Order: sequence, then C-alpha cells, then structure tokens
Amino acid sequence: MAQEIYIPTYKKVFEEAGNQVLFMFRFFRNIFRFDFEWNEMIRQCYMIGYKSFPLVAITGFIVGFVMTLQAEPTMKEFGAESYIPRMVAVSLIREICPVIIALICAGKMASGIGAELGSMKVTEQVEAMEVSGGNPIQYLVVTRILACVFMVPLLTIAAEALGLMGSYAGVNITGHVSTTLFFNKAFTSVSFGDLIPSFVKTIFFGFAIGFVGCYKGYNSDRGTESVGIAANSAVVSASLWIIVIDGIAVQLTNALGY
Amino acid sequence: MSNTTKSKIKGGEQEAVIKINGLAKSFGANEVLKDINLELHKEENLVILGKSGTGKSVTIKCIVGLLTQDKGNVTVFDEEVDKLSEDDLKALRIRIGFLFQSGALYDSMTVRENLEFPLRRVLKLKDKNDIDKRIEEILEGVGLPDAIDKMPSELSGGMRKRIGLARTMILKPEIMLYDEPTTGLDPITSKEISELIQSMKKNYHVSSIIITHDIACAKITADRMLVMDSGKIIAEGSFDELENSKEKLVNSFFK
Repeated sequence: MAQEIYIPTYKKVFEEAGNQVLFMFRFFRNIFRFDFEWNEMIRQCYMIGYKSFPLVAITGFIVGFVMTLQAEPTMKEFGAESYIPRMVAVSLIREICPVIIALICAGKMASGIGAELGSMKVTEQVEAMEVSGGNPIQYLVVTRILACVFMVPLLTIAAEALGLMGSYAGVNITGHVSTTLFFNKAFTSVSFGDLIPSFVKTIFFGFAIGFVGCYKGYNSDRGTESVGIAANSAVVSASLWIIVIDGIAVQLTNALGY
Repeated sequence: MSNTTKSKIKGGEQEAVIKINGLAKSFGANEVLKDINLELHKEENLVILGKSGTGKSVTIKCIVGLLTQDKGNVTVFDEEVDKLSEDDLKALRIRIGFLFQSGALYDSMTVRENLEFPLRRVLKLKDKNDIDKRIEEILEGVGLPDAIDKMPSELSGGMRKRIGLARTMILKPEIMLYDEPTTGLDPITSKEISELIQSMKKNYHVSSIIITHDIACAKITADRMLVMDSGKIIAEGSFDELENSKEKLVNSFFK
C-alpha cells in the first residue's frame, strides 16, 4: 500500500506558485509559435468583450453620474462647481474606471472562463484535444488571455467616455452647463500623463483576468463541484491581482512623475 | 509500416504495437495499478474487462501519456511514452485514437467543426473541398451523415459516441483506445456501437484496446480478453475460455 504523503501548507503555496509560473511559461511559449487560431480569438473577443459592453457601459455611466452628484454639494460649499468636470475626468480616467471596470470584468470574464474550461475538463474535452495531438493551451488558453488583453482596455475606454457623459448628465440635473463647456473643461485637465499609465495598467488587468480564469479552469479537479470552485476562485484571485497590480502601478507612475 | 516489436505469442510471431511492463500507478494512498503487463498485437481487438475502479481507464491514459506511471514502462511503436519530448509525444498521439466514455465532443462547436478541428489543427489541412470530403466520408462510415450541422447538445448518447469515434478516426490512427464505449447506452445502441468497433478494425485495420464491463460488447469485439481486478490482471484468454473459467470473479462477469 502506498504511503500518503503529507505536504505542509507553506509547501503547497510554493507548489501553486510554481504551477502558475509553469502555466505562464507555457502560455508565452505558445504565443511565440504564432500558430493560434485567429477565428477562435475573434470569437472570444466577441464573447468576452462585446457581450460585456452593456454591463460596462451602464456601470461607467452611473459611476460618472453618481460621482458628480456626490461631489457637487462639497464643491459648491467651496465655490468650486466649475472644477467638477476636471475632477471627475481625472478621477475616472486615472483610477476609478480602470479599477472598477477591471473588477467587473473579473466577475464576468474570469468566472466565465474558469467555469467554461472547468466544465471542459470535467467532460474530458481538454483531454480529448490533447490526445488528438491538438494543443489545448494554444486553442483554449492563448486565445482567451489575448482576448482579455485586447478587450479590457477597450471596455475601459468606453466606460470612461460613458462616465463623462454620466457626469455631464449629473451636472445638468441641478444646473445647466453646455456640452461644449463641460467637455472642454474635462479634456483640458487630462494629459497624456493621465491616459498612458491608465491604459497600460488595463492591459495588465486584462492579462491577470484572462490568465487567472484560464489557470483555475484548466487546472480544476474532476466533478461538477470543482467547476463552481474554479469559477469562484478565479474571481477572487483575479480581483486580488487587480488590486495588487493597481497598487504597483500607482507607485510606479508616481516614481516616474506621471 | 510501423517499426514494431515482434514477440512470440502462443507459439506464433505477432507484432506488438503496445507493450506494457510492470506498470504501477498510485494517486496519494490509493494504489490503482500494481503490476500490469500486457501487449497489444497488430490488428487485434483486446478487451479489458473489469469492475469500476480497477484501473482500466488509468492504464489506457498511461498509454497516451495523459498520466505518467510511477513504475514500469509503456512502449508504443517501440517508443517509451514517458521518455518522449513534447513534440514526439504529439506525433505519437496522432497515431493513437482515443474514444472517451462521454464522446468528449467540443460542445461549443457543431459536428462539422468538431470533425474539422483535428484536420485543420493537427493535419494542418487548408483545402476546404478535401476537408469536406473527409468529413462526409467519415460521417457515412459511422452512419450519421445528417448530423453534420447539429450541435452536440442535440445528439443522443449513442450519436455522440459515433461522432466522437468519427472525430478520432478522421486522423486514421493505427491504434484505437476505447474507454467504455457502450456505457450508458441501451442494448440496441450498444450492439450498434460494438459492431461499429468491429467495422473500424475491418475497414481501417486498426489495433484496439476496448475497456468495458459490458459482456455483450466484449463478445462482439474481442479477439482476446484480459480481466482486471484491484490493479492487476487476473485472467487472460479468448471470450470462450474466460466464459468457462473456474475463477469466481471472472465467471461472475458472464452470469
């Protein structure tokens, strides 16, 4: 009878970290084979990106709208209502939209990918692909991670635009500000120094969402319960990674003077 | 022609396409395979019979390198599976077909796309006419030409297994591994699938290992049979030999 080996928790943490590094290595190695299926990647961009647009659009609009309504009384107290478009634009573009949209995408995309790959694993579809000589990492993982890397920044830009429209709507509930004046004030306060770091970090957010979703789904155990676990842990881990990446990004942009 | 090992079986010389020696595999404390020794000969249907959980599926997963053994060696076409590089293993897997218990169809693709997948991704075929011709041929072969544009969710259990078999056979493998091909099917569909396995051998000259606990399937398909219990092979012979076995467990399968 084989002896059951007891592995201490700290070793399991290292084992998990090692597995994630190996999985990432397999992902990058497959990217540079330039053999991925474009049709599947476009399908994933549609499934992951386009189908998330309504949720992201509503969220972006409401965030801008609510921020404006919340800020207005305080700004009025200081006689600084005219700074609302600037304040909202900078906050939305630099921090709020990238992080909130990434967290929403983590909830929708990472869980979706985790559950899809997890159920493919349970129903032996991943193994079937592997034994037929196909490359499941290339077909299932590379396409989904790249789709997230492309779509999360685009969705964030869309949410920022709609957030500014929401803010414009919020400003016009109590007073009247013309469209030209509002967007003129908003855009004059935003520089490339605000846009670039924000855009770059959304690429990393997209990577984290796709990678964690794929890793959790691809490595899920057998049984229907594990599909739920894969989806759930994908959301939790991806959200955590987004917060960590954001913290690092803020430190970096401050250090670089943006 | 494959470069295969020649071994003496029952006085005659037969080519062994798969050789397994001293195979052992454990999952934690659970010792699934203890000491498995078997050979699959060219153009032979070898049926492995056994209760659930005796290690039948683990054995064939070791053959295609989906699982790595703890001890022993698995040789396919004279190549040790666990010593192959990733590219060599991929090349070997193209020569081995694997039919999963559920059929394992890609459920986001239609039947046509399921069959196109190995042609485009593995054989790298680009010519649409050639691909369509192969798909139509193989669907005729499994008796489901009208299922071409259906989604897997629209197919019955038996149809899924036929399409799964078609997807595997479209690569023209030299060895087929069937993991419980008739489980969960009614007796009529089971008989059809068993006859299909026989016709695959006849038409495509494949060597097959059929994992099952369905005696009716074994009777139709088996050239030779092994019985597994608790990770070991406990009996070997033809269907008739095992049917008349004095061994209690072996005999219980035939009652």
